[in-house]
Amino acid sequence: MKILTTPRMERCIGCHACSLACARLVHKRLSWDTAGIRILSSGGLSTGFEAKPCYACDPAPCAAVCPTGAYTQRKGGGVMVKKNLCIRCGACDAACPVDAIYLDPMGEPFVCIHCGRCVPFCPHDCLEMVDVPGTSDPKEESKEAAS
Amino acid sequence: MIRDDFRVLLVDLTSGRGTVESLEGRSVHVGGSGLAAALFERHGQMDEPWNDPRQPIIFAIGPLTGYFPLMSKTVCAFKSPYHDQYAESHAGGRSALSLRFADLDALVVTGRADRPVCLSIGSRHLEIKDVHYLWGKDVGTTGKLLRRMFKGSGHRSILRIGLAGERGSAMAGINVDTYRHFGRLGGGAAMGVKNLKGIVIQGDGTFALPEGKAYAKLFQKVHQQLTDTEMMFKYHNLGTAENVAVMNKLKALPIRNLQQTSDPEIDGITGEKFAERSLLRNTACAGCPVGCIHVGFVREKFMEPNQYFYRQVAYDYEPIFATGAMLGVTDPFAVLDIMDTVEQTGLDVMSAGVALAWATEALGRGIIKQEDSLVPLKFGDAKTYTGTVRHLAAGTNDFYRLLAQGTAKAAAHYGGREFACVLGQEMAGYATGEVFFVSQALGFRHSHLDSGGYSYDQKVEAVDLDEAVEFLVKDEQERVFLTSMVVCLFARGVYKKELLAECLHSVGYDTLAETVQEVSKGLQTRRWQIRLATGYDPASIEIPGRFSNVSTWKGPINPEMQDRLRQHYAQKIVELGRKESG
Repeated sequence: MKILTTPRMERCIGCHACSLACARLVHKRLSWDTAGIRILSSGGLSTGFEAKPCYACDPAPCAAVCPTGAYTQRKGGGVMVKKNLCIRCGACDAACPVDAIYLDPMGEPFVCIHCGRCVPFCPHDCLEMVDVPGTSDPKEESKEAAS
Repeated sequence: MIRDDFRVLLVDLTSGRGTVESLEGRSVHVGGSGLAAALFERHGQMDEPWNDPRQPIIFAIGPLTGYFPLMSKTVCAFKSPYHDQYAESHAGGRSALSLRFADLDALVVTGRADRPVCLSIGSRHLEIKDVHYLWGKDVGTTGKLLRRMFKGSGHRSILRIGLAGERGSAMAGINVDTYRHFGRLGGGAAMGVKNLKGIVIQGDGTFALPEGKAYAKLFQKVHQQLTDTEMMFKYHNLGTAENVAVMNKLKALPIRNLQQTSDPEIDGITGEKFAERSLLRNTACAGCPVGCIHVGFVREKFMEPNQYFYRQVAYDYEPIFATGAMLGVTDPFAVLDIMDTVEQTGLDVMSAGVALAWATEALGRGIIKQEDSLVPLKFGDAKTYTGTVRHLAAGTNDFYRLLAQGTAKAAAHYGGREFACVLGQEMAGYATGEVFFVSQALGFRHSHLDSGGYSYDQKVEAVDLDEAVEFLVKDEQERVFLTSMVVCLFARGVYKKELLAECLHSVGYDTLAETVQEVSKGLQTRRWQIRLATGYDPASIEIPGRFSNVSTWKGPINPEMQDRLRQHYAQKIVELGRKESG
């Protein structure tokens, strides 16, 4: 299993290409908010940028508090999300220690699913998919890609 | 959001109220330049002066802003304090995407607040906040305070003015997100006269995308093309600063108030030297993976033995030309220091540099006195210039107040018109020849980007008047469509008509996609009509004598040919503006 990491954020130029790609390709929206990775300036533009990704907690506190099973633990860290089970309670957002979940104005949650589709759009190679040791099960990987 | 009408937020600072207007005509006005012109026709006062509180300041984006890469700029339109006529200035930063995600095609601000205010807008809010305590604060401090006062870090744009805008300088720009600017023709004063210190645009909306895979596939193709091209490598690598060495070698770089066009000392401030000595990092406008913004550093020892502070300053070719070459300053750190002072006082860097170059020569020739300039201006003396920039922004005395209204106005009063480097406004950094000089002098924005006159000079050996005018008109027509889209003009080599039509189709603007050529003509005509209606007489524009004494790689300028070209193009502009009404 792989997870999305942001090891080279000091290179970030603030183009938002990653967020826009996630919103476009995963969530079918035009947005820099409804995305699994969001970019903000770290104390003003003169101090560069930081990313708000999912840090792939295992166990994930957001999954633990989800009352309907919309969020379940993903092998290797992070969560799998079934939007049709979500009742827009916002508990996941409140439980996330790193503000990785975005709730849109209707309360719909958006979080990284560690698919890596944002990675090729970064012009400075800030992002990287990395293997989580002990989780490389090809069957699980293909299941994940299809979810 | 994809829609055939335009969603426009109108804010009246006098009443403190806003309203949302729907304007028809996507397939006519497009967005950006075209939309701004339509909104000025609707809300502007053609015959009233620029500082009439009813005059609008307009910010408009394009139909594909946010939908495709490098659709990342905003057009700002207003009646200019520089010439009291309709004007446009363009900028990027996060302004365009923030307006898109605030669900607005345009923002129009009219009226005058009774005390300094900041306007904050988003997809779900409108607030006008008293910020009288920010009046007089520099651009950096204002940005930091506004950042703290309003929410939404990273997904918003913060526009603000400095001292120059507050004082009504015709050279005052609007700072956008620290490193970008609506620099030219006095947009900062258009805000200042309204007591509008800042605008915060919160991009907090989201939209559905077209069904199916075609749009995402086309996005991928465009992204690939834009990030693969050699042209984009240039902007990403050394940035526009690469041109310093190129123009110097060509003998086309204006140096020391255009007394020279080449000098070995310029080797100290080439793009290569800036990158080697002072480049900190690149940054980008939101929605642009190229990242052409180059941020340099300058440090200052404020206490012995080793106490320093440092500042970050964005540089480009034009600011280096204006505060380096034109002022004879050839050390990168000294140039960045002048640029930073210009930045913090809220002046337009090109106008300020060229104005101070004229003042330096005027002092040297005894046309002005040191009691006017207050400091002993001398080409190459960087420290003197940082102080002078403050005088220019503040309008310390009669001389600086007049100079801040335009170099030509100061020269008309004091003398020295023949060496005022003014082409409609203070010149851009291209001493390439007759076609560029005429193009900037008469062009719509008096910008080197109105049409590629500088490139025509370089490509065509023997200038034919009819062909040159035809080129300027046709090139402007293509560019007005691009600035209505509002594409970054650096991407003009990729976003050809066919690709733009394909992009428009992919999101459902079918009518517009099929009529790009006709629509472009209409945009060009209407924009000129408004400019002419606000008092522009292209035939009255003069090209000062200094431009006839320039020598480039082609040899000396041909003043007779230049003047015939000027008359010919002026006549053509008047015809262009008459077409539909006639």
